[in-house]
Amino acid sequence: MHDPTLPLTPDTDAGTSLWRDAFHRLRRNHLAMVGLVLLSIIVILSIVGPWFSAHTFDAQDRDNRLASPSARHWFGTDHLGRDVFVRVLTGGRVSIQVGLAATAVSLLIGVVYGAVAGFQGGRLDNGMMRIVDILYTLPFTIVAIILVTYFGRSLLLVFIAIGAVEWLTMARIVRGQVQSLKEKEFVEAAMAMGLPWRRILFRHLIPNALGPIIVYTTLTIPRVMLLEAFLSYLGLGVQAPMSSWGTLIKEGVAVMEEYPWLLIFPGVALSATLFSLNFLGDGLRDALDPRSSKD
Amino acid sequence: MGRFILRRLATFIPILLVIVTLTFFLVRLAPGGPFASERAVSEEALRQIEAHYNLDAPLWRQYVDYVAGLLRGDLGPSLKRPSRTVAEWIWIKFPVSLELGLYALIVAIGIGLPAGILAAWRPNTWTDYLPMSLSMGGICIPNFVLGPLLVLFFAVRLEWLPVALWETPSDKILPALTLGAMYAAYIARLTRTGLLDTLTQDFIRTARAKGLSEARVVLRHGLRGALQPVVAFLGPAAAGMLTGSFVVEDIFRVPGLGTEFINAALNRDYTMILGAVLVFAVLILVFNLVVDLIQAWLDPRLRHA
Repeated sequence: MHDPTLPLTPDTDAGTSLWRDAFHRLRRNHLAMVGLVLLSIIVILSIVGPWFSAHTFDAQDRDNRLASPSARHWFGTDHLGRDVFVRVLTGGRVSIQVGLAATAVSLLIGVVYGAVAGFQGGRLDNGMMRIVDILYTLPFTIVAIILVTYFGRSLLLVFIAIGAVEWLTMARIVRGQVQSLKEKEFVEAAMAMGLPWRRILFRHLIPNALGPIIVYTTLTIPRVMLLEAFLSYLGLGVQAPMSSWGTLIKEGVAVMEEYPWLLIFPGVALSATLFSLNFLGDGLRDALDPRSSKD
Repeated sequence: MGRFILRRLATFIPILLVIVTLTFFLVRLAPGGPFASERAVSEEALRQIEAHYNLDAPLWRQYVDYVAGLLRGDLGPSLKRPSRTVAEWIWIKFPVSLELGLYALIVAIGIGLPAGILAAWRPNTWTDYLPMSLSMGGICIPNFVLGPLLVLFFAVRLEWLPVALWETPSDKILPALTLGAMYAAYIARLTRTGLLDTLTQDFIRTARAKGLSEARVVLRHGLRGALQPVVAFLGPAAAGMLTGSFVVEDIFRVPGLGTEFINAALNRDYTMILGAVLVFAVLILVFNLVVDLIQAWLDPRLRHA
């Protein structure tokens, strides 16, 4: 890892060595590395795979309905003769899009909200955090179900709905970080220089809280993907003929007694993705914040 | 202690009021309505139905009336299934969800806690790896995959258990397992971590030095400290098992409140949605309170905070 031509204690800012340190610790965490590799395979296959396949997600091969896995259809076909391999990869694209977009929404709301509350402190902070406490009492899945059933079933709205209910924990984490960071000397120095508070917040405080933000973001993605699959399973998310892991699993369950591969393949794809993101997130937590390391 | 509980109970009222307000305007300001899809109904009849349910009044008026009804303990009539009031529907459906949730809680604690203790007993041996690998599976396999797989294996292939019924005790095994599995997995991991953490502390060395048996050291002295994170997790977990059983109710045809709620949301049954959300919110509040009380019991230092 370490380049021997560099001095052991470089003059560069401490940030670089913190990240390098963290990466070093991450590489030693086998589960996290397995997660990273598996995740990369799934993401690359989902994005690139459908371009190279002879089939498309909605093309029907009428002579090969409900065919078992074969050289022609790697994961078999469904009741309309559609290629399950391509449908699983297309579902992967949906999951990745939902995961990234909803997490981005929750990240944006959570970081800004938490940072403002933590930085301003006092009554504003009190009021803002009381709102978070109350929203915590709202049953999340229920809010997501209401939002999705009411405001249409387009994918974009699913993103926004999910992101809009998933930002609370991020806000709490960022608030805590900002609150403790703002007591540090470098913030006092920035204030003494007369910098506007927005600049102090976004240029000095948030970058220093990046570790916990990254860790929690990594752990938010699988939660969001699971929520999308759950909503799609209930028929409230992605609509036919598009495929999502949730809808594929639902279709697979209906015929699992005779054609179990229709359940197994999308189920494995979803579980493997959740596995990799969860253990990558755990690994990142141990790497970026050794004190909170759990094992 | 009594005053603490009373103070907390008093905060429930404003919180529930906020939740009712948010939900009320969220469902009412959205497009569509409970009777919009019934095309066979004439304009005139539709107006009469809406007048009957007070839906033609100004929205703020309806809101005030609804909240006033709540204060009298009246959740209103179900708009789409008028044979019973919302309160009656909840009275019929909720006990089923509650029963399922309690069984799942028993599964979660009954499997998760011993598995975690076993894993921490001799870390990095096979008695650690086996339960921890299983818990990894529990976390990564969503219940709408696990449930059907359990059905396929135990009900269809082995024919040990029924496929989808909700009558005799044996009907309830698979739904409870499906719903509780993920929580059992988290509890096992939290218990293991907490116990490993506690077992390195000085008072444990003292207990061992006194010559106590290993079982007594781990179960009596270690577990108490290790349980804090588990109990903190149990609040949201119990609420999740009681309010998040939609999929499990769907898979196993359980006639509970989850299925009822989804139908209500799809049908724009405003009063039914609000009633269900209220029940779920009260549950979450109560479980958070119970968790705080258990934590204070486990760690006396918290009682004065």
